Amino acid sequence: MPQNAEHVIDHFNLFRHPEYQGMFENKRKEFENAQPAEKVEEIRDWTKTEDYKDKNFAREALVINPAKACQPLGAVFCALGFEATLPFVHGSQGCVAYYRSHLSRHFKEPASCVSSSMTEDAAVFGGLNNMIDGLANAYNMYRPKMIAVSTTCMAEVIGDDLNAFIKTSKEKGSLPGEFDVPFAHTPAFVGSHVTGYDNSMRGVLEHFWDGKAGTVPAIERKPNDSINIIGGFDGYTVGNLREIKRMLGLMGVDYTLIGDASDVFDTPTDGTFRMYDGGTRLEDAANAVHAKATISMQEYCTEKTLSFIAEHGQEVVALNHPVGVGATDRFLMEVSRITGKPIPRELERERGQLLDAIADSSAHVFGQKFAIYGDPDLCLGLAAFLMELGAEPVHVLSTNGGKGWAEKMRALFDSSPFGKNCKVYPGKDLWHMRSLLFTEPVDFLIGNTYGKYLERDTGTPLIRIGFPIFDRHHHHRFPLWGYQGGLNVLVSILDKIFGEIDRNSSVPSKTDYSFDIIR
Amino acid sequence: MSDLRQIAFYGKGGIGKSTTSQNTLSALAEMGQRILIVGCDPKADSTRLILHSKAQDTILSLAADAGSVEDLELDDVMKVGYRDIRCVESGGPEPGVGCAGRGVITSINFLEEEGAYDGVDYVSYDVLGDVVCGGFAMPIRENKAQEIYIVMSGEMMAMYAANNISKGILKYANSGGVRLGGLVCNERQTDKEYELADSLAKKLGTTLIHFVPRDNIVQHAELRRMTVIEYAPDSKQANEYRQLAQKVHANKGNGTIPTPITMDELEDLLMQHGIMKQVDESQVGKTAADLAA
Repeated sequence: MPQNAEHVIDHFNLFRHPEYQGMFENKRKEFENAQPAEKVEEIRDWTKTEDYKDKNFAREALVINPAKACQPLGAVFCALGFEATLPFVHGSQGCVAYYRSHLSRHFKEPASCVSSSMTEDAAVFGGLNNMIDGLANAYNMYRPKMIAVSTTCMAEVIGDDLNAFIKTSKEKGSLPGEFDVPFAHTPAFVGSHVTGYDNSMRGVLEHFWDGKAGTVPAIERKPNDSINIIGGFDGYTVGNLREIKRMLGLMGVDYTLIGDASDVFDTPTDGTFRMYDGGTRLEDAANAVHAKATISMQEYCTEKTLSFIAEHGQEVVALNHPVGVGATDRFLMEVSRITGKPIPRELERERGQLLDAIADSSAHVFGQKFAIYGDPDLCLGLAAFLMELGAEPVHVLSTNGGKGWAEKMRALFDSSPFGKNCKVYPGKDLWHMRSLLFTEPVDFLIGNTYGKYLERDTGTPLIRIGFPIFDRHHHHRFPLWGYQGGLNVLVSILDKIFGEIDRNSSVPSKTDYSFDIIR
Repeated sequence: MSDLRQIAFYGKGGIGKSTTSQNTLSALAEMGQRILIVGCDPKADSTRLILHSKAQDTILSLAADAGSVEDLELDDVMKVGYRDIRCVESGGPEPGVGCAGRGVITSINFLEEEGAYDGVDYVSYDVLGDVVCGGFAMPIRENKAQEIYIVMSGEMMAMYAANNISKGILKYANSGGVRLGGLVCNERQTDKEYELADSLAKKLGTTLIHFVPRDNIVQHAELRRMTVIEYAPDSKQANEYRQLAQKVHANKGNGTIPTPITMDELEDLLMQHGIMKQVDESQVGKTAADLAA
């Protein structure tokens, strides 16, 4: 036995010992009915060809490694952005375990969320009793200020009606009649997590603005000079929203951040467990109706929300996960235009500093080819920034991007000479991306943690930007937005570029003539 | 938007829901109302008489072809028929597979999101059978149909279904705005049909809004895939449907929360009218041979 208590070997090394290696070999030979190694190599090589790519892109009835999650994940994320709010998912427990673990693994923070634990009898008779008991338990156990309800596939297939169920639960005394329970139907088989975010956000605003499901009069809008900001589903919400607050603070703008999970996903370790922390105050969410305008940082996370807000008489502005100089300019200029407040010197200075950094490193980034995948807005934001740097976003792929998104991306390509050879792939998955990386190779890949399999298969170095990032820690604490955020993204890209140069010039007396101290 | 009337027709399968609803809506169209029919029956025959054609391309069949309902445009699914009545069929799976109820939810969400309800005075949902699952209750959720009309006849099972549908409405009426608009009796020429239908309506806390007499002309029109209103506008039957349409039109806001009854009460009702003899409990479950012995 290689393992003993005096000297414990971890999993990296343990399974490399001959004892285990022999076991693996034997298992493969005796039980796995494996193809010969040459055959495996032959097929592997075939998957790298143009021929295979054509077949791969002709695929109709199969999705392999989609780069998206389901609606309730986005709904839970959205709900966590409100003060002392408990997300309540009407459906089965397993689904909710997934949302919680997904958020926890990314943010390295607990994500509180409950389910109505629907089982087979609930599927037959409807989930009303689960809602009645679930709301009562959630209210009494966890003492939230608000419970935001969403749904899983199961509740949606049997057609449970949240509005009626919540009313009935209140009548049955699960919770007080005036307690805030906004809701959103979020069938997981429609759209993606960005759709769920949109539905949930709209549900919360509808609840507060339009009379709390008919229990109080709708708020009459009395326009004031403040603005609303909605962040959208964002793996960098901690860093990004704090950066927004810092910038708007510098400008002296009166604003409401609707759905602010930056503190929820970054609680300090000081001996006190905070089930709820920070978040948009409920009265602020209600009063947001009076704002002059709403700026969404992510258009495709807020399509229905923005049309709802526009119907209430506000101006709405939709951005696409703004990264870099031009996108931050646009954000600040929109804020300035709407509020009449000038952009202060400090921010102008930061802009110059980012430009300076870009210029300093331009020789290394210019002309590099990138593949990007991720949520629709993130792809737009990153592609625009890459072109700003003189790099080429050759393949841009979004599983949850639609026709409209693809058109917008094409228009972005057309706006710059660096977009000339770039193509957009709406509704495609990571197996499509794998083919692209073989047949039309690029220098770098930008994506989430799942991109590491593509990196391993295709040898394309991965720069981790997106959601989820499970295998690197704490990047979500740093912004991608603002000039500061642009700098962070630039540094992430440069670190990878320099790392690759070092790796490719490190063999002594062979390639190390370029193994330089100064880059 | 607040002026939009949303109504729904429910009833036992084969009772003549689609025929009654299409004739009534044609008569409403004659009165100048702009109408949208949403067929919520996998058979997709709720708009056949208006369009003069059998099951058109349904939302769900087109969505299945296109890959997803998000790939559809409103123009793909909405057809215009007699007197500019707009028609949409939700469609659904083949018998024995899938979930037609979810299909109804998907379809109605699609129509609302695509703005199908803009520029119409009436939206009418034609829903199959009893309220068998949450999906078929979609049209009676909050902010959907305000009044439900149950099509029934003097037959025991039709009355049983009407009572069941009332139970479904009651579930939603307490917490929401849906109301029972009334019963429409489609004459089957059973014994004391009018009296029975009328007293069932009273028991359910509603009214028998109209008694549509049986007339073969309905058959003649149906064979030509037309409503009676269009096929024989001057006929007596066309006038019956016009009366029904006027009553529905005048019934805005007069709906009630139904008071469904038990199976025993329903049987009592039949006995009161002498349709069913007083049950001799000693004879229940005995075959004819047993009784003769």
